[in-house]
Amino acid sequence: MSSETKIQTRKVKGGSIFRNQIFIPVAALLLLALFNLIADPSFYKITLGYNSTGDPVLSGYLMTILDYGSELAILAIGMTLVTAASGGQDISVGAAIAIAGSVILRVLCGHDSRPETLQAPIIVAFLVACVVAMLFGAFNGALVAYFKIQPMVATLILFTAGRSIAAWINNNELPIISDPSFAIYGGFIPGIPIPTPFFIAMICVVITMLALKFTNLGLYTQAVGINESSSKLNGLNPAFIKFLSFVLLGLCVAVAGLIKVSRLSSINYSVIAKDIEMDAILAVALGGNSLGGGKFNMLASILGAYVIQFLTTTLYKFNVQSDALPAYKAVVVIALVVMSTPKAREFMSKIGKKLKPAERSVA
Amino acid sequence: MNEQSVLEMRGIYKSFPGVKALQNVDFTLREGEIHALMGENGAGKSTLIKVLTGVYSKDEGDIFLKGIENAVVIHSPQDAQKVGISTVYQEITLCPNLTVAENMFIGRGTGVIQDWKNMNKDADKILMSLGIPAVSTQQLASCSLAVQQMVAIARAVDMDCKVLILDEPTSSLDEQEVQKLFGLMRDLKKKGVGIIFVTHFLDQVYEVCDRITVLRDGQLVGEYEIKDLPRVKLVAKMLGKEMDDMSDIKSDAKTYEAKDKSDVVFEAKDLVSDAGIRPFDFHIEKGEVNGFTGLLGSGRSECVRAIFGADRVLGGEVKKNGKPIKISKPIDAMKNGIAYLPEDRKVDGIIGDLSVRENIILALQVMKGFFKPFTKAQAYAFAEEYIKALNIKTASADTPIKSLSGGNQQKVILARWLLTHPDYLILDEPTRGIDVGTKVDIQKLVLKLASEGMSITFISSETDEMLRTCSRLIVMRDRKVVGELKGDELTQGKIMSTIAGGENG
Ligand SMILES: Nc1ncnc2c1ncn2[C@@H]1O[C@H](COP(=O)(O)OP(=O)(O)OP(=O)(O)O)[C@@H](O)[C@H]1O
Ligand SMILES: [Mg+2]
Repeated sequence: MSSETKIQTRKVKGGSIFRNQIFIPVAALLLLALFNLIADPSFYKITLGYNSTGDPVLSGYLMTILDYGSELAILAIGMTLVTAASGGQDISVGAAIAIAGSVILRVLCGHDSRPETLQAPIIVAFLVACVVAMLFGAFNGALVAYFKIQPMVATLILFTAGRSIAAWINNNELPIISDPSFAIYGGFIPGIPIPTPFFIAMICVVITMLALKFTNLGLYTQAVGINESSSKLNGLNPAFIKFLSFVLLGLCVAVAGLIKVSRLSSINYSVIAKDIEMDAILAVALGGNSLGGGKFNMLASILGAYVIQFLTTTLYKFNVQSDALPAYKAVVVIALVVMSTPKAREFMSKIGKKLKPAERSVA
Repeated sequence: MNEQSVLEMRGIYKSFPGVKALQNVDFTLREGEIHALMGENGAGKSTLIKVLTGVYSKDEGDIFLKGIENAVVIHSPQDAQKVGISTVYQEITLCPNLTVAENMFIGRGTGVIQDWKNMNKDADKILMSLGIPAVSTQQLASCSLAVQQMVAIARAVDMDCKVLILDEPTSSLDEQEVQKLFGLMRDLKKKGVGIIFVTHFLDQVYEVCDRITVLRDGQLVGEYEIKDLPRVKLVAKMLGKEMDDMSDIKSDAKTYEAKDKSDVVFEAKDLVSDAGIRPFDFHIEKGEVNGFTGLLGSGRSECVRAIFGADRVLGGEVKKNGKPIKISKPIDAMKNGIAYLPEDRKVDGIIGDLSVRENIILALQVMKGFFKPFTKAQAYAFAEEYIKALNIKTASADTPIKSLSGGNQQKVILARWLLTHPDYLILDEPTRGIDVGTKVDIQKLVLKLASEGMSITFISSETDEMLRTCSRLIVMRDRKVVGELKGDELTQGKIMSTIAGGENG
């Protein structure tokens, strides 16, 4: 239109690193790492030992973080999508893991609750669990997307009922799998000293990143989360996208469920994955993602999951009673989340600017 | 500080990442004057206001108020209210799910206790005195945009203020409502209130304002008495160059008349939606520009929304190029080559947190499909093309759209729909919040697209804009079509009388 164009194609770097979202989990990680370094450097000790089957395994706090952080990271992927699209959170993931785990055991055990051999291939059991978990995800999703119930309220139903359903699937029995091949998923692959959940998580992360790159999943969920009405006028189906995000979370739940039951080769309906929903939600928040939905950064959420686990492990290390754990976590998390608000970051970036006055005139 | 002034801003600087929004801007507001703040889209008007009201913190500069010796420090809009500055922001900032009365009184008053019974009564009184067609207990979301705008004004005006700021308050009001607002502004002026008035309507400036401050690209151009600055000069000051083509759009217009336009591109019979309009018939030919006109709330937006499937379609037949089609949701319309720029930019248009690039490609991307995302390079190419073509002022294609100025957001949404290369383009208030220069550019663009064979439906509250672009006008009253005007009938007077129901009613 006008001959004069005012766009500046030069890259405008967000001012400073403080504005970058990934800064929050990274900073939190560094703080925790530093704290442990000062308090007790033995935190970082990793030893190579042998497990009961004689395979080499690495152990140490860092390995624990890698191991348990991975389940959380997998859940954080789904939770991030749900949060982005629906602007709310699914609090039933712990209960849903119990269901998925129970289904896996049921399929593997057949009618006998302590079988000598597996009654079905593990992959079949896992796929059945995927279907079941996605159906429960669909149930939550339908309540949220089509009946317009607040996500927390909608998922409260499964949160309450899920563990009973899990117990019912196995007639309230406690199946035990003795086949060692089942223990791999939550333990170690023979000969490889790094915990398997880490590899599973990495596979999930890679698949997610590919999905975000080669489909419009990211664009659509964010658009719907930010402005539903606009999205609709751009040809999107907001209800379906919300629904889809819950179904995808169901898939993540099934994977986490596999890891969980594999760890024990059994299940404890009331304890398995207890309170994991809170950690998964915190991972999303710690990743600097708004819990009100909209824009998200998947890698930040995943990193956030490991940071939460880092925090939990640190607290264990310092012998914090397990029932006092949530209180400590809450304090740390509040501090981190406050730090991640735009206001606080603006403030920090201002300080950053003052430290480097030369940069100011450039901007 | 000068004796007469209520407000002085000195040497204001404000920058955002990649943008110097304000550079050394001075602004003086006298007691009992209406002061126009003018400038192109993205000149920094809204930013200056937000600095004044504490929405943004300024980088440098001082603000002085009458009766206060030292420079005042305003950290938040609440602070601003306390010192007597009340504001109607460009984008409506009310809560759609509260009632009208709640919206008018929320966050005001000093006490914690709210007198609910009297609140509704007081609200009704104010609504009545301003002639706003709303009831205090009505949910705000159920009011039209214009009414919401009036409620926002009522909320601001009702406070005892020394300074009243109105940032494009008239962009969604019709002539009568504008007159009501002006009456109100003149009353306040008599009481000694200083009013800052931001608008892109030059007529309105010359009707009510006393002085003008012009900004360009974040810098102060100057402050003028209204009588010393004729219209042409004002435009020149705003654009930084003479504007020569204000008037000749009319003679350029309607070049498409020569074309063969016998083929009907889109046709609707007895179309009706759940938005409360009467079933209507409609058609548009290839290369034609037509428009819906009528007062606000007459149902003109609802008609085009029904065509696009934006509201739930309850009945009727539609044909595209003679073939019957079914449009039940927007994607159906888009797949059939129809595009729709909605009236309410903030609610139906922008995806605030997404970048300018994502906002531009969104509609085309959705048409292309879930599994076929554009590559980054393609997306940038599209974005850069339209940023250039529509002269969108943005720091980069990655800037979130919500940090663009209002007019530039509008251009992004326009870009989004142009990018889909529709056969039939529906523009509902495309020039809302757009500066004078660009307005003409958009009107020209509409005529150019039509001459290339695109069919366009153009809706605007400004009748002269419709007269410049449309060759046929469909007149609406009380949610039904009451007439159609073309050729010689296209005059201001004839439109007015048809709207009012003179001979056709
Ligand atoms: N929050 C923000 N973040 C980044 N940039 C911003 C922000 N707000 C405004 N800007 C930029 O500052 C400049 C001035 O914007 P402003 O909204 O003040 O324009 P305006 O004069 O009100 O324009 P309009 O007539 O379109 O409303 C624009 O280039 C805009 O992109
Ligand atoms: Mg503005």
